[in-house]
Amino acid sequence: MFAFALRRLILLVPLLLAASLVIFLLLRLGPSDPAMDYLRLSRVPPTPQALEEARRMLGLDQPIAAQYLDWLWRALHLDFGNSYSTQRPVLPDLLYYLPATLQLAGVALVLTLGISFPLGVWAARYRDRFPDQAVRLLAFFGVSMPNFWLGFLLVLVFSVYLGWLPPMGMGGWTHIVMPAFAISLMSLCINARLLRASMLEVKGQRHVTYARLRGLSDISVERSHVLRNALLPIITATGMHIGELIGGTLIIESIFGWPGVGRYAVSAIFNRDYPVIQCFTLLMVGIFVLCNLIVDIVYAWADPRIRLSAEGVQ
Amino acid sequence: MSDLAIAGRAPSARAGLKLSWPTKLALGILALVLLCAVFGNWLAPYDPNAVNLIGRLQSPNTAHWLGTDHLGRDILSRLMVGTRVSLGSVALCLLLILVAGIIVGGASGLIGGRTDQIIMRITDVFLTFPTLVLALFMVGMLGTGLVNVIIAITLSHWAWYARLVRGIVLSLKHRDFILASRLAGASRAQVFIKHLLPATLSQLLVLATLDIGHMMLHVSGLSFLGLGVTAPTPEWGVMISDARQYVWTEPLLILWPGLALFFSVMAFNTLGDAIRDKLDPHLNAEHGH
Repeated sequence: MFAFALRRLILLVPLLLAASLVIFLLLRLGPSDPAMDYLRLSRVPPTPQALEEARRMLGLDQPIAAQYLDWLWRALHLDFGNSYSTQRPVLPDLLYYLPATLQLAGVALVLTLGISFPLGVWAARYRDRFPDQAVRLLAFFGVSMPNFWLGFLLVLVFSVYLGWLPPMGMGGWTHIVMPAFAISLMSLCINARLLRASMLEVKGQRHVTYARLRGLSDISVERSHVLRNALLPIITATGMHIGELIGGTLIIESIFGWPGVGRYAVSAIFNRDYPVIQCFTLLMVGIFVLCNLIVDIVYAWADPRIRLSAEGVQ
Repeated sequence: MSDLAIAGRAPSARAGLKLSWPTKLALGILALVLLCAVFGNWLAPYDPNAVNLIGRLQSPNTAHWLGTDHLGRDILSRLMVGTRVSLGSVALCLLLILVAGIIVGGASGLIGGRTDQIIMRITDVFLTFPTLVLALFMVGMLGTGLVNVIIAITLSHWAWYARLVRGIVLSLKHRDFILASRLAGASRAQVFIKHLLPATLSQLLVLATLDIGHMMLHVSGLSFLGLGVTAPTPEWGVMISDARQYVWTEPLLILWPGLALFFSVMAFNTLGDAIRDKLDPHLNAEHGH
């Protein structure tokens, strides 16, 4: 198991390197002149002289390969440069906002799994009866709901009319419920439907019929023969949802005044503060890739076929 | 949402042109949305950008069916005209994605070997970015604005399509009818256009219809953040963003553009599900990324 995890971890290195190359090249090949934006954000009048100086300072006069290697070398030493607008190092600032984002995305992930699991099992158990129809209806609406609009609807109902939950800010669990739910609704609907379909498919297989023939009760068949197999597609899907949850968090933060990286990044995008944008993107890609690695490991742990073949056991 | 057992039990019932009521509803909504997208500028009762500060924040009434916004602009007109921006930008994204996906994926599958390896590694890199993060990054590099948002959405989605096309091409490449066609002297490009492309179209259609809703949400989400379509242009995401200050006093303001977006996305999703059920009842994996 450890060897499997290690091998997957090593495979991430070239992938992250390639991502860093994309992140670097798109800026340099893009239509913008970083030196110009640097001067604008430092409020220096862009005289040819100042421009020349800024170019030299930012290393833009070097060949592009040298620039990339220099940038990469510093990035490996966790130095992503200074923000053009605040002149402060980028990484500490981003890391200051990151925990809030991770907390929100984490709660959203827990909600996604925690709600979709009973819903999916419930729908599969009572197929084509009321629970199944109810989950189907919820999913029908849930997958089409714009998360940022849902955020406002929740504020409208629970803060404006009912006055139960605080509309914005960060604090106890009352603050996190609405944003986390707004982020997770789409994923949890997709997951619930997927779990239902997957359980029904497994239920039709021969080993389940055999377990029934052995006289096991419905509950114990479901628990030990259906669920375990039916969960495999859910694990894969969760890996995909994590990207969606990260994206959702970035948007939802601005509605609920959540002090996370999303708002910091959006303001950097407005300002064309390139070091911030680059560091932010690399950070998000890193988190996404690591989450997917964890998902892969959980999958291998849950499915002995993958684990054993990866370890070379026939 | 396809259902294996039901589809297996009564395939003939689905073969005819019998549509379920959600599909009919979806087609109705889409017809309305398309109508607004094409003729919205002429059908709109008012100029969507006509400011009328005396008549601002009106509740729905006979003159303004959905009321007016914080600058006194007619909301119904803005919704109708905004349809073109929302739908048009997604249509353009989709066109670019399909062209890129078909060409890159087709070439990758047909040529094979080292070219295929390289192209697939490139798609791997694009797939390591969460879609919205890549879109945010592209907008950050290219600058804000609708055109850049379209480029960003295209770049963050094309890899999925390229992989799908490549997979289908690979699975068909060594079939007899392809080999026969090659023996008869057809070039690779001819084989691709005549035999392989039609085989990919049905699956592309399913993926695309299910993705339209997704992309609409991304485009309007970026506009909501102020990164896409900018202020005076009527667009649903911008309208939601405009209305946010008035959530406490004028909640209806935020309801209308959200409903428009919600129903359009729902219609596209429903249609995508229906097409998928019709074309391939065995493809019941949920789509999501």
